[in-house]
Amino acid sequence: MAYPSREQWLERLRNTRVWKSVFRRGPARTNRTRSLAIFGNLFLHVVPAKVREKSLRVRATYYLGSFAFFLFIVLTVTGILLMLYYHPAALEAYSDMKDLRFVVSNGVLLRNLHRLAAQTMVLVVFWHMYHVFYRGGYRPPREFNWVVGVVLLLLTLFLSYTGYLLPWDQLAFWAITVGTNIIGYVPLVGHRTRFLLLGGNIIGENALLRFYVLHCVILPLLAGLFIAVHFWRIQKDGGLSVGESEERKEPLSVEATQVEQETVTVGESDERKEQL
Amino acid sequence: MSEKNSYEVGFGSDAVKNPQRIVFITKKTSAKVKGAQPRQLMSYPHVVLREIIAFEIFTVALVVVALFWDAPLEQLANPLLTPNPAKAPWYFLGLQELLHYLPPVVAGVLIPTLVVVGLVVIPYFDVNIKGEPLWASNRRRRLAAFMGGVAVLLIVFGIHEAFDVVVPTVAFAALALAAYFAPPQGGRLMRYLRAQPLSWWIMSWFIAVSLTLTLVGTFFRGPGWSLVWSWR
Repeated sequence: MAYPSREQWLERLRNTRVWKSVFRRGPARTNRTRSLAIFGNLFLHVVPAKVREKSLRVRATYYLGSFAFFLFIVLTVTGILLMLYYHPAALEAYSDMKDLRFVVSNGVLLRNLHRLAAQTMVLVVFWHMYHVFYRGGYRPPREFNWVVGVVLLLLTLFLSYTGYLLPWDQLAFWAITVGTNIIGYVPLVGHRTRFLLLGGNIIGENALLRFYVLHCVILPLLAGLFIAVHFWRIQKDGGLSVGESEERKEPLSVEATQVEQETVTVGESDERKEQL
Repeated sequence: MSEKNSYEVGFGSDAVKNPQRIVFITKKTSAKVKGAQPRQLMSYPHVVLREIIAFEIFTVALVVVALFWDAPLEQLANPLLTPNPAKAPWYFLGLQELLHYLPPVVAGVLIPTLVVVGLVVIPYFDVNIKGEPLWASNRRRRLAAFMGGVAVLLIVFGIHEAFDVVVPTVAFAALALAAYFAPPQGGRLMRYLRAQPLSWWIMSWFIAVSLTLTLVGTFFRGPGWSLVWSWR
């Protein structure tokens, strides 16, 4: 008696009632079920079911947007793990850093990874923006997604900046002092904004708590929301831009054709009825 | 006017048996644009698999770097002990460098606001959709306007002795002039530069200036924000 191969075994698994109830489909062998795999899934439905082959080439995007998103995931995971060891209070914050270095298993790696990913994300998001600019990816109909991207750039900077204070060492304290002093120069509302952000006139216990809440709750939620909109708009605006230079190379011919009958049908057509 | 369009309108009462419809039948010539249909792939599995593989490779690379590159941790925060110089995170050091030259309201508030507003309005002010090169037509007038803009920038930043803004600006003006006067055949660089629209020149200048400011602020500023060689 022959044992089923891995493929056969997977095929059987995908045909089970449980699999179908979870994924709303059987094996994805036809284009129809492959489309279902995308828009029958809450997490994948924001991406288009079909993409242009060109937009998948490495040189088209360098996968910069994907890398920024990967970094966001890595930062979320390492960030949540770091939250398990961190108290947002002036006396404990710094000793928690020492604990991460000397007590917690792999604490050094955890903090290194979070810090490295944060710095890399700022770099990658800037690079992504410049790349999209030079490829002309902001042109209609993608104008608004460019604006969403600018919001995401600012959120990335604020996320990185609010995280900078949390270790509560000299580096953190004075970097935030330099930055928040600038806010005070904004005409009319500067001092009030600074007071609101720091919870006082100087950087102390309150500022640490507020930066912690901003860094761990408010800004990540906003970033997640805008990332979802950003992805969804890629699909709605007609897929990834393949770049003006490549589009220009496409042969384009306009020909006048004598159309015998141009039929405009409003309402349900027979084909649609058949599909249903 | 040509002959009157003949059309028929019909609809049924039973929506299931006879779906409601309106049909226009016209006789006319219409233009049809034929572009080469780009090849398309199904996102599942092509995109999903690629993203998963990219994610795995990227995460492994990140972990390897993180194993060897320690995050810095200095002494406990002390409000009474100001380090000299006190530096912002690296991505704000360009701004801090500007702050050294210009009044705080300009460097800390006006310029960042202008940059963000400028970025947001890029797609809405892109009047040059076709990407016509800067030096393609109207050459004399454009050169005058371009050089006027460069002169204003050089005067503003020259007065404040902001050398790390002036140097990249002069370099870009020189490149633009070279592209303007280069013979039509020219080298590869000149042919590339001559094909660029105004938006390319502005963005590239902006990137060059912010890179220079950030690098100088990060590596060449010491006590009292004086110029130092970071390796000495």
